[in-house]
Amino acid sequence: MSDTIILEVARFNPESDAEPSYESFEVPLRPDWMVLDGLNHIKDQLDGSLAFRWSCRMGICGSCGMMVNGVPTLTCETLLMNYAPGPVRVGPLDHFPVVRDLVVDLDDFLAKLQKVRPWVVRKDDFKPAREFIQSPAQLESFHQFSLCINCTLCYAACPVYGLDPNFIGPAAIALAHRYNLDSRDQGIEDRLDIVSRHEGIWDCTVVGECSTVCPKHVDPSLAIQQYKLTATKEWFKSFLLPRGKH
Amino acid sequence: METSSHDILIIGGGGAGLRAAIEIAELDPKVDVAMVSKVYPMRSHTVSAEGGAAGVAGKDDSVDEHCYDTISGSDWLGDQDAIEFFCNEIPKELLRLEHWGCPWSREPDGRIAVRPFGGMKKMRTWFAADKTGFHLLHTLFQTSLKYATIARYDETFATRLLVEDGAVRGVVAIELRTGKIRAIQAKAVIIATGGCGRVFPFTTNANICTGDGMALAYRAGAPLKDMEMVQYHPTGLPFTGILITEAARAEGGWLLNKDGYRFLQDYDLGKPTPTPVLRSMELGPRDRVSQAIFGEFEKGRAFHGPYGDYVHLDLRHLGEHKIETRLPMVRELCLKYENIDPVREPIPIRPVQHYMMGGVHTDINARTSLNGLLAAGEAACVSINGANRLGSNSLGEILVFGARAGRSAIETVRASGSGNETAILAQARDEERRLEENFLHKTGGAERIAKLRDEMQRAMESGCGIYRERNSLVASANKLRELRERAANLAIDDHTRTFNTQLTAALELGYMLDVAEAIVHSALDREESRGAHQRRDFPKRDDQKYLAHSVAHQAAEGPPRIEYHPVVITRWPPGERVYGR
Ligand SMILES: Cc1cc2nc3c(=O)[nH]c(=O)nc-3n(C[C@H](O)[C@H](O)[C@H](O)COP(=O)(O)OP(=O)(O)OC[C@H]3O[C@@H](n4cnc5c(N)ncnc54)[C@H](O)[C@@H]3O)c2cc1C
Ligand code: SF4
Ligand code: FES
Repeated sequence: MSDTIILEVARFNPESDAEPSYESFEVPLRPDWMVLDGLNHIKDQLDGSLAFRWSCRMGICGSCGMMVNGVPTLTCETLLMNYAPGPVRVGPLDHFPVVRDLVVDLDDFLAKLQKVRPWVVRKDDFKPAREFIQSPAQLESFHQFSLCINCTLCYAACPVYGLDPNFIGPAAIALAHRYNLDSRDQGIEDRLDIVSRHEGIWDCTVVGECSTVCPKHVDPSLAIQQYKLTATKEWFKSFLLPRGKH
Repeated sequence: METSSHDILIIGGGGAGLRAAIEIAELDPKVDVAMVSKVYPMRSHTVSAEGGAAGVAGKDDSVDEHCYDTISGSDWLGDQDAIEFFCNEIPKELLRLEHWGCPWSREPDGRIAVRPFGGMKKMRTWFAADKTGFHLLHTLFQTSLKYATIARYDETFATRLLVEDGAVRGVVAIELRTGKIRAIQAKAVIIATGGCGRVFPFTTNANICTGDGMALAYRAGAPLKDMEMVQYHPTGLPFTGILITEAARAEGGWLLNKDGYRFLQDYDLGKPTPTPVLRSMELGPRDRVSQAIFGEFEKGRAFHGPYGDYVHLDLRHLGEHKIETRLPMVRELCLKYENIDPVREPIPIRPVQHYMMGGVHTDINARTSLNGLLAAGEAACVSINGANRLGSNSLGEILVFGARAGRSAIETVRASGSGNETAILAQARDEERRLEENFLHKTGGAERIAKLRDEMQRAMESGCGIYRERNSLVASANKLRELRERAANLAIDDHTRTFNTQLTAALELGYMLDVAEAIVHSALDREESRGAHQRRDFPKRDDQKYLAHSVAHQAAEGPPRIEYHPVVITRWPPGERVYGR
């Protein structure tokens, strides 16, 4: 097998380019190298102007998501070898505006995170002197949904978000769901309102591209389906309750 | 040049920075607080912490015992007043995190679970499986979103502190997306920029850990304390340096040499037992365990691999269930990065640079020696860690002293008058000019950033690693001088404003060279062995001369000036560090 591989990397400089193009670089193909190591080789040795985000190189900070051969991928934990003999095409995440090269604009995503009120909401003022008691089973009920690293691969995979950027999207719904399911939280009504008012959630089918690409097994698709169910129930309640009062 | 101003500006959106921001927002919603971070806050390096955060929880435990473990762990270089304050505060902070939604692991009865950790005599480490830092950071970030008063400059890179009339008055920073250079004025600035592991070639630290805030303070005249105290973690994966958390040993993992022998028993760390014994063997402190592994390398009792010598961390006897529930990330990391399943195979590991005990010199209230400048977290040195930090004390430190810095900054704002804005902005324009001339518009340099970085890292490892001696340190110091000169001649091929990561890499190299110099010279001056600082030419601890913090001041020319400040001793006189007996 060849000991190098060709990386075709998306280049876009908004100060000089009208549109993105791909540039090829030949990088070493080492058995323990990740796709990110290939990009760093380019940056350090071949072209210092290549722009991409990375930090932890251990799959936990969520910075290094890119399209690799058309699939949203966490580049620091995906072996370059998987794509041998190449070439491998690396581009910015789909569905986001491109800032430069492999860097996309995440403003919209950050705004959505904030929108779902991702913090413990208490309607009472109860603050136990010790911890809230939470059984391992109660913890388990939301734990999976708390594992999201905000890598936004699921947004790049989501066909609904691709068509309608107003869709609040998989990770934000999973996050809202995470707090709704947390036994310490009382904010479910506030969050239902925010999430279900957006049309997108009802357009989402059970296809689950988001869960397929999610590198942390958060299963945002499951969160969305469960959310719809709760939303429907709460929605009915909201009709029933006021009537009950009259 | 864009200008803006706030009451308080926090540099850094990791655990320390976010905790400070929340403290300020909660204490006084009228205070205008802003945060600058070169990455989105939830990407900060705190996210990588795995094992847990120590805080007295059980009835069989006491604050005094946590103090004693921390003090003896620090080889008596930690300040005892700070440590006592820290150990008292930390359980409250961890509880606060619980109320904010941190998914701490639980006992069957629904109470917080605690696990053992290295150098700790009692079980007191709170954990969220083995993703504690991840959960802690996301909980803090998400909670911070609740406060509309916290303004954020995300992906904005600080390049210089603005100092006027002896007081810090703000920063200059580059907004990465647009390349705009901003002058952000503030009455108080908190440095919460984390560690500087990237000055070493083999480190657990993320790409962003380049000591920026330490260098910013140092250049502005605030000295750096105990910089020679660099922690090596015993268990890093050989190629990447990715950390296998100490929790793996706390749950019962063994360290074995190439003969399958639990070699720690040969290094005065106790006798092997089938289940873990606190403060013994694999649960010894990090400095001693790393030094022991190094000892096996030297005796030829280690394995040889493509990335150097290594020994084994064996978890197989813990069984799949325990590994999956208590150490899922360890398994995930081993499978992904080493193609090894710890359920079936031992994990190859070698000591790896991990943490800076040293940092910006602060007092117990997070104040530096410059007016208006505070520091907290790994960037700061209070000091509670002395010559060796105990695992799981750092996450606590970023919370306790992050909050403290927030509180102190409010006091600073209340006491502060207004500065001379004309002079401050003139300084900011100087900085803008420097950035443009030396980097953005620069052509014709010859040195590659990556090459200089590489040479610096190698000089640090060879001269200033686990073991040091005069000759090796002098050689490193000379090399750093040379690199500093060559760094004036960098080749810059990116002249774009938009998201220019070559510019940030060049600036980071400059920060690292400054920090590296402080490390090497502090190590050269300390002629004793204590904790993580092991001198072959001075193998003994010397309390007569060095029961003192080194404090490095940057000099206009030449090496830093090093002073010594006495350690604060209150109730625990210096003694022998005893583990496993
Ligand atoms: C792999 C690993 C595991 C660990 N596990 C544990 C553990 O189990 N228990 C424990 O107690 N400790 C652990 N530690 C140590 C602990 O995680 C760190 O010491 C701590 O998280 C540091 O937090 P911080 O807030 O000081 O800095 P960081 O989280 O590193 O944050 C620094 C912030 O500063 C910003 N910044 C830096 N430079 C600039 C600049 N120039 N301009 C603008 N912003 C800037 C960054 O963007 C970032 O937001 C671990 C460390 C590592 C490496
Ligand atoms: S849900 Fe999964 S894919 Fe989506 S942002 Fe979170 S970790 Fe990434
Ligand atoms: S670099 Fe942090 S997730 Fe890949």
